[in-house]
Amino acid sequence: MNIALNLVAAKTIIRKEMVRVLRIWIQTIVPPAITMTLYFIIFGNLIGRRIGVMDGFDYMQYIAPGLIMMSVITNSYGNVVSSFFGAKFGRHVEEMLVAPMSYATIIIGHVAGGVLRGLLVGALVTVVALFFTKLQVAHPFIMISIVLLSSIVFSLAGFINAVFAKKFDDISIIPTFVLTPLTYLGGVFYSISLLPEFWQNASKLNPILYMVNAFRYGILGTSDISIGHAYAILLVFVVVLFSGCMFLMRRGIGIRE
Amino acid sequence: MKALSIKSLTKTYANGNQALKGIDLSVDAGDFYALLGPNGAGKTTAIGIISSLVNKSGGEVEIFGHNIDSELEAAKACLGIVPQEINLNLWETVGNTVMNQAGYYGLSGKLRKERVEKYLRALRLWDRRDDTARSLSGGMKRRLMIARALVHEPKLLILDEPTAGVDIEIRRSMWDFLREINAAGTTIILTTHYLEEAESLCRHIAIIDEGIIIEDARMSQVLRKLQREVFVLSLSEQLEEAPALDGFETRLREDGELEVEKGPESDLNELFEQLNAQGIRVVSLRNKANRLEEMFMHLVENKGAAA
Repeated sequence: MNIALNLVAAKTIIRKEMVRVLRIWIQTIVPPAITMTLYFIIFGNLIGRRIGVMDGFDYMQYIAPGLIMMSVITNSYGNVVSSFFGAKFGRHVEEMLVAPMSYATIIIGHVAGGVLRGLLVGALVTVVALFFTKLQVAHPFIMISIVLLSSIVFSLAGFINAVFAKKFDDISIIPTFVLTPLTYLGGVFYSISLLPEFWQNASKLNPILYMVNAFRYGILGTSDISIGHAYAILLVFVVVLFSGCMFLMRRGIGIRE
Repeated sequence: MKALSIKSLTKTYANGNQALKGIDLSVDAGDFYALLGPNGAGKTTAIGIISSLVNKSGGEVEIFGHNIDSELEAAKACLGIVPQEINLNLWETVGNTVMNQAGYYGLSGKLRKERVEKYLRALRLWDRRDDTARSLSGGMKRRLMIARALVHEPKLLILDEPTAGVDIEIRRSMWDFLREINAAGTTIILTTHYLEEAESLCRHIAIIDEGIIIEDARMSQVLRKLQREVFVLSLSEQLEEAPALDGFETRLREDGELEVEKGPESDLNELFEQLNAQGIRVVSLRNKANRLEEMFMHLVENKGAAA
């Protein structure tokens, strides 16, 4: 593999992705900021006052890490799935497929684009959160590594979704019917210690629970799950999903006839 | 050195359609090669396989000695593709479209900017570099695809019907441009429905039909095989019936013009002598059809009859 060529190609894809995100900022940046502001006002400020303290933190503080993580996850996923499927639909994915860069470069470039958008929106939501509550970072390394890994996992998942998608409906099915329910049931708004034992155990099958809780641990220092388990799950997902992306690209599934 | 070598290439799609039935093709470096065939003949499938956008079912493809199975990235680096369908990101600017493509081929820094400017100027798009691709006319979009395919200066350029839907003035300026880059050393393979285009530009021709190559020779050899030509004569006075001319077949058209079919054994002097003898004066004369087009139809029809 020509490393210099692939580095330039990866930088080109990342730059192209960022230009796209910023060009359509009204679709990519503004909506999550508005949605999360509404969450903070309704769940945090209005309803949260009646809920009181959760795990030793006021409710607004408690949900802030989960809401930040939720916006990172959905935007990382959404960026890659819409960008790569759009390229497939418009056939300009062929620009990349005919070029001598490796398939890994195409995947990494798009994943990096998804991560950057996820982090950009996450930073914006954090700024919004600071208008409503105080956040002090308890474990900076854990906070940063968990948000990065989670963003990579969902960018890779978005890539796979885009590869299989044949029409625009196909890129909204997973976010609507899988991602959103798992996020809402992933401990963003509550501690699973409030659930009956059966549902506590059922919740532990949800990978988003680990991401939200590990991120909350990074910021607030409290978590429902083991941080070691969260890292293990995230790393396994990164390896499995990246291998899946490589397999699909090599076989040409969804992109070559 | 072979720019392209294809051996026993086959492609069967998932629906059972056998688009290529074992084609062999060999293109010399520096050649200007025409790949012709009716719609659905297999041209675009063959180009798709060469450019690794379509998985082959069998056979081998080498681009400048690089096998696409074992040295795909090296093979891709030698190749520039201008596809039949517009495949531009219509929301991207003209400049960024070519700039990004240069980046995908590893070009960076000053060289990348120079190349982008060079080819956008050459294709007369430099003034539109900040406009989105969607704002371009059909002909400009095709020129942008050519600039994009050339920015890494490939040794082999494949153009799949590059002048489809392009007006005659732009088509002829594109011909001049293609002649220039071919003269500068780029091997070119062209598919087209304008047989005049192939006859004017290409030195070598292959005709593909129903997934098999039915002709593969130098253009001059192919044209020599054409035995018969039809001329349309405009006459000074309208005739009641077609005159009998020895050695020629004649037919009077509805518009009053005379069609004369000439075999290889007769010549035009004989024709005019006989017309003079009968007092028929000819105002003008034109070839009824492009010679290559006749050849093409003859080969395709004969293959059908043989089958």
